[in-house]
Amino acid sequence: MKEQLEKIKQLAEQELEKCESLDVLENLRVKFLGKKGELTAILKQMGSLSAEERPVIGQLANTVRSAIEEDISKRTQALKTELAAKKLEAETLDVTLPGTPLELGKLHPLTVTLNDIKEIFLGMGFEIAEGPEVETDHYCFEALNMPKHHPARDTQDTFYINDNVVLRTQTSSVQIRTMENKKPPIRIISPGRVYRSDTVDATHSPLFHQIEGLVVDKGITMADLNGTLELLMKRIYGEDCQIRLRPHHFPYTEPSAEVDMMCFNCHGAGCPLCKNEGYIELLGAGMVHPKVLEGCGIDPEVYSGFAFGIGLERITMGRYKIGDMRLLYENDMRFLGQF
Amino acid sequence: MDLSMRWLSDYIDVSDLSIKEFCSGLTISGSKVERYETEGEEISKVVVGKLLSVVPHENSDHLVVCQVDVGKAGNGEPIQIVTGAPNVKAGDIVPVAMDGSTLPGGVKIKKGKLRGVESNGMLCSLGELGLTTHDFPYAIADGIFLLQEEEGCKPLELGMDIKEAIGFNDTSVEFEITSNRPDCMSVIGLARETHATFDRPYTVKEPTFKGIDGDINSMLKVEIHNKELCPRYIAGVVKNVKIGMSPRWMRERLRASGVRPINNFVDITNYVMLEYGHPMHAFDIRYIKGNEINIRNAKQGEKITTLDGVERTLTDKMLVIADAEKPVAVAGVMGGEYSGIMDDTVDVVFEAACFDGASVRTTAKALGMRTDASSRFEKGLDPQNAYPAIMRAFQLVEELGCGEVVKTIIDADYSDKTPKGVVFDPEWINNFLGSDISEEEMVSCLEKLDFKVENGMAYAPSVRIDIECKADIAEEVARIYGYNKIPKTIIRGVAQAQLTPKQKFERTIANTMTALGCYEITTYSFISPKYFDKIRLPENSPLRKTVTITNPLGEDTSVMRTTILPSMCEVLARNYNNRNASAFLFEVGNEYIPNGGELPDEPSRLAVGMYGNGADFFGLKGRIEALLDTMGLRDCEYTACSDAEDYPEAPAFHPGRCAVISKDGVKIGIMGELHPETLENYGIDTKAYAAKLCIPEMMSLSEGEKTYKPLPKFPATTRDIAVVCDDKLPAASLEKAIKSAVGNILESVSLFDVYKGKQVGEGKKSMAYSISMRSHEGTLTDEQADAAMKRVLKELAKLGAELRA
Repeated sequence: MKEQLEKIKQLAEQELEKCESLDVLENLRVKFLGKKGELTAILKQMGSLSAEERPVIGQLANTVRSAIEEDISKRTQALKTELAAKKLEAETLDVTLPGTPLELGKLHPLTVTLNDIKEIFLGMGFEIAEGPEVETDHYCFEALNMPKHHPARDTQDTFYINDNVVLRTQTSSVQIRTMENKKPPIRIISPGRVYRSDTVDATHSPLFHQIEGLVVDKGITMADLNGTLELLMKRIYGEDCQIRLRPHHFPYTEPSAEVDMMCFNCHGAGCPLCKNEGYIELLGAGMVHPKVLEGCGIDPEVYSGFAFGIGLERITMGRYKIGDMRLLYENDMRFLGQF
Repeated sequence: MDLSMRWLSDYIDVSDLSIKEFCSGLTISGSKVERYETEGEEISKVVVGKLLSVVPHENSDHLVVCQVDVGKAGNGEPIQIVTGAPNVKAGDIVPVAMDGSTLPGGVKIKKGKLRGVESNGMLCSLGELGLTTHDFPYAIADGIFLLQEEEGCKPLELGMDIKEAIGFNDTSVEFEITSNRPDCMSVIGLARETHATFDRPYTVKEPTFKGIDGDINSMLKVEIHNKELCPRYIAGVVKNVKIGMSPRWMRERLRASGVRPINNFVDITNYVMLEYGHPMHAFDIRYIKGNEINIRNAKQGEKITTLDGVERTLTDKMLVIADAEKPVAVAGVMGGEYSGIMDDTVDVVFEAACFDGASVRTTAKALGMRTDASSRFEKGLDPQNAYPAIMRAFQLVEELGCGEVVKTIIDADYSDKTPKGVVFDPEWINNFLGSDISEEEMVSCLEKLDFKVENGMAYAPSVRIDIECKADIAEEVARIYGYNKIPKTIIRGVAQAQLTPKQKFERTIANTMTALGCYEITTYSFISPKYFDKIRLPENSPLRKTVTITNPLGEDTSVMRTTILPSMCEVLARNYNNRNASAFLFEVGNEYIPNGGELPDEPSRLAVGMYGNGADFFGLKGRIEALLDTMGLRDCEYTACSDAEDYPEAPAFHPGRCAVISKDGVKIGIMGELHPETLENYGIDTKAYAAKLCIPEMMSLSEGEKTYKPLPKFPATTRDIAVVCDDKLPAASLEKAIKSAVGNILESVSLFDVYKGKQVGEGKKSMAYSISMRSHEGTLTDEQADAAMKRVLKELAKLGAELRA
């Protein structure tokens, strides 16, 4: 019997060695260790053994059983590892194949830029004010120190609905509405659509967007205007951006200024991009005219303020190097997909 | 305003400055330079030559061969040039473009052969040199420019640079002058700015003339009937005028200033206008009936034929210069046809007057003629400037020797001469600017601009009609001191800001739409009224009542949109035409709805549009459902809609594939497949889908802040049922019935199969639902679930839906 046991052990070792699948392994387990297995068959013969032999053989049988069990377990582990490796190998992908297309939409480039600018101003404590696009002559012109027949009206070719109602040529109208309804301190920007009867070309559109800013409080100075504009331009164009203020005229501000940025292409030396001026015109600004404050019921002896107006199209086009304004309103998917 | 630098040098010396320094200095002090141009910049290697001989070309009947003496330019040898011009003969002095020369417009001249005969250059016409007969009235336009000696000019020499010969020696600087500074629309005004900018002396001499004896009052009577619109009128008489060409120096300056020379009298008035900034007018005294000048309002309906030959009908709001009978000029705008200077004019009346700006502007606009004069008057001119202007004109008449000026003049002067003082408060200025400029420096800035500062007051020169208040003084100080020397500070005080609920709501809509795969578009708010036809709106549609632009650029952009839908259709069509395979788009924008008041309502709308791969009714609906869910609008209803009565835009959609979206009985929008005719009208040859949602309604129906609901503790029970019902029965009513039957243990109902076909019979459909139920109190028993399903079947039976066998 002892020999039989040794033989089983040997046989098991050999067969396990050759075994290549988990199914075969299970069959082997049944064959050697199962209820009808070889080891059990031998153990059933234990009754025929002498009292002295029984514990010896019993112990041996147990040793053989645990040895086989251990071998099976080892083999199982090895096979599992091997199979797993094979499976992984078989599942190898060409990771350079393209991903499943999932299309997200995109915001219009004007919205992207406007959102960025809104963030800057919200951070500086400016609220975002809105107002009507179809506006009365009063809010669009009169209250901005441009009475009827004022020559400055010529610089803003206006669409009229009737003698008294226009499509707003600037979002300054919102500033007047704000000042009429709110006591200083006031810090707002008023972004929105504005209209001028310019024929469509690469740099003109009868509809475009402005972002006007207004600050009114006690002790607001032109130095504050300078500082605010510089901060804004550095946020939009980067820390290297250099601006200059140039005297100009707007009926609703005094002093008035146009703000130029040093040409990023030639750094002031003059090049075709800046039409040899070394600077690129960015926006108009100034200290709110005392007549405008007064007209809104704000005492110019107590309060002062500044205002500025930025063209959203100009900034967006500069930022993305878009050469033709018409693209912004054509809304071709191939254009919209780029931002 | 084009400034001649040579003219400027009469008043101030800037010869040590480069043109670039000059331009950038003035730009920075407020007179913006747009560009500058040196005359004849593009001309090189063009010289004065003399034709020695002109002989016919051997191979041509219209060409001639010339031997041209070009002096030192030809190294002593004459050169041969072939020309086709008929007006040349031996002895003529002509401009010769040598081999390798350049002409305006980038033209390059090279030697070559013309019909086999060598030609070493080109003889030039006026046009080829960038000139017109206005510059050289003695030359002809079609032919070679035959040069003549002119009085007061350098004698012509052979080989001399043509630029020297024709007086191309000026630089013209174009300024953008703002409407508040008519004083800078003049050489003297810009000289003053130059003086203040570069801090160097400038001199304006008072013009004087000798004159002849004579009493003007015996020749002319002037009466101002409306002193408000005409505070000053100065008139003088020049006798025995000789009309002719102006001297070349004057023509050159006019040319550099962008004004065409006409004749000496017209040129003098233009010259004075450019130099002093004050328009003048000259009348032929023969045509002033009764020798009287009345400055009066026109009679309603009175007529005048202006210099441009057009008959104008006047109103009683318009100011005219009239003789005893009729208007001879529209004040400050244009003279009458017969009052102007003609070749046989003998005696001339010069006028230098001042008219009210608003009145001139209104008149010019109403008559549709904006002139050099009117564009100056309308900005408001200084009545005190009229006097030196007319003096200067008389001085020029004598200098040019073209008439005898009567010594006495008529000066009807009702202008206010009290100097306008503005409080000068250095401390206020520094507080306002945020600067620290000393009082002395402020005074110096102002004095450079010819202001007088005394006793705490600043007095601007009378031409500075723009100076009215303290802030104006601050600006003058700041711009001469230097805007960019003012410090940069951060606004004091703390402020906080956030988006308004509407702004947040709209931002979330846009972000959700992009997450749903749609691209944002931006369209014009004005559309063509024809677009209403394109989207098939009936004639009586309320949407056809629009806010209409009275002066649109064209019909296509003439009304403010009352519906955002056609803008979306337009963009879908454009993308389709541009062969983009698909487009998924949205726009957040306003509609403009007349409301009977002065201003229309401007409600905010969301438009969605799509075509191409993946675009279908339910793809659109799924996106809208996802959006509405995100925006806090659950349980919206979709009702089939085919009639404008249900929703104004319904006719734009396929009548069987269109739904009105509503919540709690309030309509919030419409969606569907676009009607085949709509698509055809837009040239879209594929199916396209669109929706419009009303943002204010969405906002007011939104649940707003979301509240957390506890996660379920007990398992859900799911039962599937399939029922057969009439094909026409909307799924929504089945779903509604299931919901109400199950009651509060309902977790979800989802439709997982729709079957139509033989097995269920004609006109029927099978709808299979998976119903999930859950209680928060405990695990549902089978009995509870079965009871609920019984209720469902009973409820569905009411709709004629039976359990599918």
